[in-house]
Amino acid sequence: MIRLAFPLLFSAALFAIGVYGVLARRNGVLVLMSIELMLNAVNVNLVAFNQFLTDPVFTGQIFTLFVITVAAAEVGIGLAIVILIYRNRQTINVDEVNLLKW
Amino acid sequence: MTLQEWFFTALALVGTVAALRLVTAKNVVHAALYLVVTLAAVAAVYLLLAAEFVAWVQVLIYVGAIVVLLLFGLMLTRAPIGLEVLDNQQRGSSAIVAGGILAGLTILLWDAFEGAEIELTVSTTADVGDNLFRSYILPFEVVSFLLLAALVGAIVLARREEG
Repeated sequence: MIRLAFPLLFSAALFAIGVYGVLARRNGVLVLMSIELMLNAVNVNLVAFNQFLTDPVFTGQIFTLFVITVAAAEVGIGLAIVILIYRNRQTINVDEVNLLKW
Repeated sequence: MTLQEWFFTALALVGTVAALRLVTAKNVVHAALYLVVTLAAVAAVYLLLAAEFVAWVQVLIYVGAIVVLLLFGLMLTRAPIGLEVLDNQQRGSSAIVAGGILAGLTILLWDAFEGAEIELTVSTTADVGDNLFRSYILPFEVVSFLLLAALVGAIVLARREEG
């Protein structure tokens, strides 16, 4: 028996740390890592509520699997973009990449 | 507190401290290694919540694949060492925003779920797989197509142009 507040507070802490990382880091790969932290926070929530509601079709756990898959796709594309930017500009600092800034 | 809650607290502390070190690390490779610790702690939390399949998928995909991918990204893009070059000038306001989110979420969650308890029932890999291929077969196929598209997109983006 675990109180539901324990996993929820853990996930809130992970999410807040991820938000800090996305806002404060300027290295592109570190920003991607912080996004992974936030996705993990969501996954912890999904699994906790799945066990709390005793879902007969395991919606929370299966949704977690989908989130992990989409995170893998996102990291693949994100790193490809980061490497392309590095090749063209010799930097991956996200505040120096302002090609689309008007 | 029950025994499970003590173990959960220990794991959550390890994961949270590693996550904090991840966003404050001076060296990008150290940050990636702290990410491994956080992801492993989350996997252990899944095991503690009796969701074994998700826990092993977390270990395989996150610790096994995504971290290796991130390390390759770090290897191919030379990053300098030091907090000043890795962080921008908004550290203070970022900390305020993150602290505000944490405080707000804590108050709301505590208010909504203070007395709620999880009665742990073990969900085996067989159960999860059964429901994945019975109730969620269409999303499963869509996700596999998404992975294929992401793979092709990543290859097209990262390939060096000839000539």
